[in-house]
Amino acid sequence: MPTQNDDSSRPMTSLEKLSRRAFLARAGAAGVVTATASVAAPKASATSAEQQPSPPGATIPGTVPITLKVNGETYKLQIDSRATLLDTLRETLQLTGTKKGCDHGQCGACTVHINGRRANSCLLFAAMQQNAEITTIEGLGAPDKMHPVQAAFVEHDGYQCGYCTSGQIMSAAAMLHEPWGPSDSDVREALSGNICRCGAYPNIVAAVQSIRQRA
Amino acid sequence: MQPFELITVNSIPDAVKAQAASPTAQQGAQVRFIAGGTNLVDYMKLSVETPRQLVDINGLPLDKVELESGGGLKIGALARNTDVANHETVKAQYPVLSQAILSGASTQLRNMATTAGNLLQKTRCVYYRDTAFGCNKRQPGTGCSAIGGHNRMLAILGTSNHCIASNPSDQNVALAALEATVHVTGLKGDRATPIADFYTLPGSTPERETVLEAGDLVTHITIPPLPAGTKSLYLKLRDRASFEFALASAAIVVKKNGDRIEFVRVALGGVGTKPWRSLEAEHALHGKTATPANFRIAAEAALRSARPQSQNGFKVELAKRCLVHALTQATA
Repeated sequence: MPTQNDDSSRPMTSLEKLSRRAFLARAGAAGVVTATASVAAPKASATSAEQQPSPPGATIPGTVPITLKVNGETYKLQIDSRATLLDTLRETLQLTGTKKGCDHGQCGACTVHINGRRANSCLLFAAMQQNAEITTIEGLGAPDKMHPVQAAFVEHDGYQCGYCTSGQIMSAAAMLHEPWGPSDSDVREALSGNICRCGAYPNIVAAVQSIRQRA
Repeated sequence: MQPFELITVNSIPDAVKAQAASPTAQQGAQVRFIAGGTNLVDYMKLSVETPRQLVDINGLPLDKVELESGGGLKIGALARNTDVANHETVKAQYPVLSQAILSGASTQLRNMATTAGNLLQKTRCVYYRDTAFGCNKRQPGTGCSAIGGHNRMLAILGTSNHCIASNPSDQNVALAALEATVHVTGLKGDRATPIADFYTLPGSTPERETVLEAGDLVTHITIPPLPAGTKSLYLKLRDRASFEFALASAAIVVKKNGDRIEFVRVALGGVGTKPWRSLEAEHALHGKTATPANFRIAAEAALRSARPQSQNGFKVELAKRCLVHALTQATA
């Protein structure tokens, strides 16, 4: 991976360097998951020269055709049957807001909504979610139109590194429709499936309570 | 993860037929039913489970929680843990079950996990989870690395020289105290097994955990009605306040007549190789007054056959105090 321009000895700025995500997208393009066609193309396509569509009629052994409904859009994909929903969202649909932490259902970074209920996308096979309405953090809100929980996390500084944040927010948004009591301890119990290594818990509780008390 | 074929079935006979292609329904099954997947997918990622085929049973009509005409409750195999725990009848008549389910895992996992999946939940023994080590449950004949190893979380009741793995479920402890019945359909038709007979002790065959045979599908469980005025509760002790497995837990179903205990069912969690119904504690309590001294006698009886390992001796006293505290609360 080059760190300098070919025509200059001037060091590249960080903006000029290949971004980590773009690099990983290219490096992983020959991976097991291949999107062959989508009814509605992913918003942020990372298609590269290496990511050629399969020839018509050919299927990669071990892959299955599936249809996923994510954030209101329908995608037709050809994926490895082992692909989790988490990996399919991130690597095939380029919806990288959903994070991979432990990959074993213990940290909650991968939390999405399945038919309105929160679930760990790392423990779901994508091929088993074909009849589901899937909502990710990208479908919950946008920078110019934040979901109230997202706005509350900004207002109350409910994060440090931010890696667990989308999972925390997806859990908190679902919690608003679940039968919990009003106290801070209810919030802590309700969000115990979302681990924050930075320890931003007090601010997360404050953010969630600000929404619940407003509601 | 080992590659597998995923198929979907739309009828119970098709499900039975598909799984019956595997020589076993126990450890090493080549065909596995999958519903919530919270336990199975985890173990497939660790190569502890290596099925060649997964049978998606989510389309089967087994997700209802229904009142039975003669009293009691019928809970479908596919009823989600969240839905059972928050069901009005469960909360009102069987609070021990609601409390037990809500004390386990996280909301995300409970939204996915099913009643039958929880019933068949695998141990969390670190050696069972790690294929680098010997484990008689995962690979018969390779020895038990937990005996003399990291065994702080493991069982003190029902163990053998071949396996000391603890059953991790909270739900199943409540079901044991509620004397639930597990309903199974298989190649030989339907059968109903009391939960006390559903789980097997490890003995010299820890790879076998239940009476399920190849092709068997758990369809539902039933819980009998309780005598009017019965109270129930679940008390769970663990290393942190939430999202952690039990070090010791107790499920109590009890009815007093005046000061005397007229009806009582006791089960312990976190300490047994299976959900641990304690007939010894029940016999010690029946007809006695609800006093701390009698609770302690019952707790001593419940743990009399305990066999602690190198790191979990504390569980003997912890389980006793857990039981005494739970009985105190349930009879208050």
